[in-house]
Amino acid sequence: MYELAVIGGGPAGLAAAYSAYQNGLRNIVILERDKELGGILNQCIHNGFGLHRFKEELSGPEYAHRFIEMLKDTSVEVRLDTMVIEITDDKKIFINSPKGYECIEAQSIVLSMGCRERTRGAISIPGTRPSGVFTAGAAQRYLNMEGLMAGKRVVILGSGDIGLIMARRMTLEGAKVLACVELMPYSGGLTRNIVQCLDDFGIPLYLSHTVTEIRGDKRLEGITVMKVDENRQPIEGTEMDFDCDTLLLSVGLIPENELTREAGIAMDPKTNGAFVFENMETSIEGIFACGNAVHVHDLVDFVSAESERAGAAAAEYVKNGASDSEVIEIVNGADVGYTVPQKLHRNTKAEKIDVFFRVRRVFSKSRVVVSSGDTEIAVFKKAFMVPGEMQHLVIPTDKLRDFDTITVTAQEA
Amino acid sequence: MYDVAIIGCGITGASIAYRLSRFDLKTVVIEKENDVAMGATRANSAIVHAGYDPEENTLMAKLNVRSVELTKELCKNLSVPYAQIGSLVLAFSEEEAQHIEKLYKRGINNGVEGLRVLSAEETKEKEPFVSDDVVCSLYAPTAAIISPWEYALALAETAVVNGTQIMFSSEVSDIKKTDEMFVIRAGEKEIKAKTVINAAGVQADRIHDMVLPHEFEIIPNKGAYFILDKCEGTRTKHVVFQCPNKDGKGVLVSPTVHGNLIVGPNAVPSERYDTSAKLSDLVFVKRKAIKSVPSVDFRTNIKNFSGVRPNSTESDFIIKSTDGFIDVAGIKSPGLASAAGIAEYVEQLMCNSGIRLSEKTSYIKDRKQIRFKELSHEERKKLVESNPLYGRVICRCETVTEGEIVDAIHRPIVPRTVDGIKRRCGAGLGRCQGGFCGPRVVEILSRELKVDREEIAKDRDVSYILKRRER
Repeated sequence: MYELAVIGGGPAGLAAAYSAYQNGLRNIVILERDKELGGILNQCIHNGFGLHRFKEELSGPEYAHRFIEMLKDTSVEVRLDTMVIEITDDKKIFINSPKGYECIEAQSIVLSMGCRERTRGAISIPGTRPSGVFTAGAAQRYLNMEGLMAGKRVVILGSGDIGLIMARRMTLEGAKVLACVELMPYSGGLTRNIVQCLDDFGIPLYLSHTVTEIRGDKRLEGITVMKVDENRQPIEGTEMDFDCDTLLLSVGLIPENELTREAGIAMDPKTNGAFVFENMETSIEGIFACGNAVHVHDLVDFVSAESERAGAAAAEYVKNGASDSEVIEIVNGADVGYTVPQKLHRNTKAEKIDVFFRVRRVFSKSRVVVSSGDTEIAVFKKAFMVPGEMQHLVIPTDKLRDFDTITVTAQEA
Repeated sequence: MYDVAIIGCGITGASIAYRLSRFDLKTVVIEKENDVAMGATRANSAIVHAGYDPEENTLMAKLNVRSVELTKELCKNLSVPYAQIGSLVLAFSEEEAQHIEKLYKRGINNGVEGLRVLSAEETKEKEPFVSDDVVCSLYAPTAAIISPWEYALALAETAVVNGTQIMFSSEVSDIKKTDEMFVIRAGEKEIKAKTVINAAGVQADRIHDMVLPHEFEIIPNKGAYFILDKCEGTRTKHVVFQCPNKDGKGVLVSPTVHGNLIVGPNAVPSERYDTSAKLSDLVFVKRKAIKSVPSVDFRTNIKNFSGVRPNSTESDFIIKSTDGFIDVAGIKSPGLASAAGIAEYVEQLMCNSGIRLSEKTSYIKDRKQIRFKELSHEERKKLVESNPLYGRVICRCETVTEGEIVDAIHRPIVPRTVDGIKRRCGAGLGRCQGGFCGPRVVEILSRELKVDREEIAKDRDVSYILKRRER
């Protein structure tokens, strides 16, 4: 029996495993379905990773490499080419690999499966079904891992970070990127990516626009883009046709949690991830979750930090058993889309609590209020908040312990 | 010279090919597209209807009801996903309740077994999520759901195993009739056959007119669908219809054999090959579906598609033999549900016209397909020990292994496209719609078929996925 099984060897799983090792566990296994560790970082060959974690600007593979190197000097076992088929609430794990189909057992589990991209179906784009419509990540994989081009004349729907990165990448590889089209009146990606990936290459960004038709029987031949009103409905008469052979979709990410659901772990419909405590424990004791499987992050640096907490908590659980504690609930106030964690253990040993959340709309000068009933517990001033950028609060635990529920609210200053 | 040439390898052509493959006949199937089931067969409601809907004494009624048992048996023998889950037709008004009575009587006359009219309470008991506005319903326990493309593929593959030839990417452009044979022109090919069976779907009128005087026309009619994520797959337990009206059988909500929820279709006149789904189609389908099952969560949609029905100027199926030329045309709904009976009927027509059908001394009527997902833990263990390729999951949404994909590529009809793989083993059918496994399937196809990845198409001929780089 393993002390800890980590499901997924991307940035979250790597950090969780290393942290569990540092906190005293010796019998740890990472189960990774790909043929190498690193997860999606391996295809993210652009820079911008690690500014917080390592105070350096690294590429995705370099960032992953740092953690892979750290693990080399540990006893952490890595099983590659290994897919977890099922986990049970009593921590049996059914795995499949060319070496065999088997059931392993672990005292604790970290769920770090990452996320997947939303597809054309998720947004029901009307039209025909030709080739040439890709998720941005699939096109990125073709290009960066396999050296293959998804197309030559490209429109990108959605201004999420992967889409923006791919606008630049496809341009550098000789494709003509005609436009980036965003349904919302603001971009879904980081400001730095708008500047560096669109503006610097003269690629127009159409905000409050969407793709309303896909044409072509075999390969994509063209699309229609329309402006949308405040209810996101296309406005007649605003049609723009683009002749393109490729449409890349960067329309959101969904935490990958089929295993989580099947194990019967309580899920938060707002994040599509498990409900977690401040130590990243799920509703089943001894099963923890972290990274994009819990909520979609903008920066891998925060994934690592969160996952280190999960790994440490798994080690604590293996050594000392479950924490028997009352629960404090975190409630989403006005304009807060979700929070992670959603719950706190009242008796947590942590001196401060990291709360991550996203706002539902754009705020210029604003404040974030942490309160319980009429009691204001803490106020944080923010110069600027957009849904595309994850917000982070650090609250001293002692300020929270006396309450049963606390509410996080975003307000204009 | 062939004894029989079948034009079209949708469910109708494939069923006939399978049926005839047990006889000592030299048979060829001529298909315009690059795979089996490329027309209406792959884009429909995937239902084996019970048979209460077609008017009494029509071929549709007779063949649909006859096929209920035949289809079940075939699916069992050929390892085709099939589940007899029963259907409900909902009535929302007194007028519709009267229609339910009419359908019930018609069903009894057609020979449908087990039909019952259910009260509102009984209906809600069977289907807790249907609208509170339901007045009564018609319950048909013999209705089933099926994987239409796997059904057609299984039939066609087994026919090939028994010696049938299939020519793909071969569009028939001309047929000449001489005294003793038909000469069929398909691209560069010239195919001679004693008997021609016209199973050309939306092209059946054009094929007919190449040989015989103009008699009927195909009136293509399009319907759009939603496929929802498996988390919605238990929203209904039965096929839930609304009362049929002038627009067809109306919008249905049903589980699929793959565990999803299917919602659709509408009905609008279309071009023969226009499988686009317009915004207006999708809006209409949504609105209608919510009338039956208000809680359907369309935010979980994973795919939209449209299919084209080969409706015709006749109200019934057009199945008849004229001097060695057999029309099997206008096979609209319930065409999929009637396919097995249609093939049997065509066999009788051939017999009646004096063609000698003698059974082969040995032929194969069964087919096995390994589906990793459906195996027990113990069976999976053994399978991976026997071949490590089953130990590598390629499609994570549908849990399809590399072994199954390689099996699919080496089956009697070789798929050359990513969607061909999807139809055979389900890779890419799931919630991420091939976003994850697509590049891996391209790689496996390229390796197994020994062609460049840039040569691999998504679906129809030349629908290439990747562009060659010029540097």
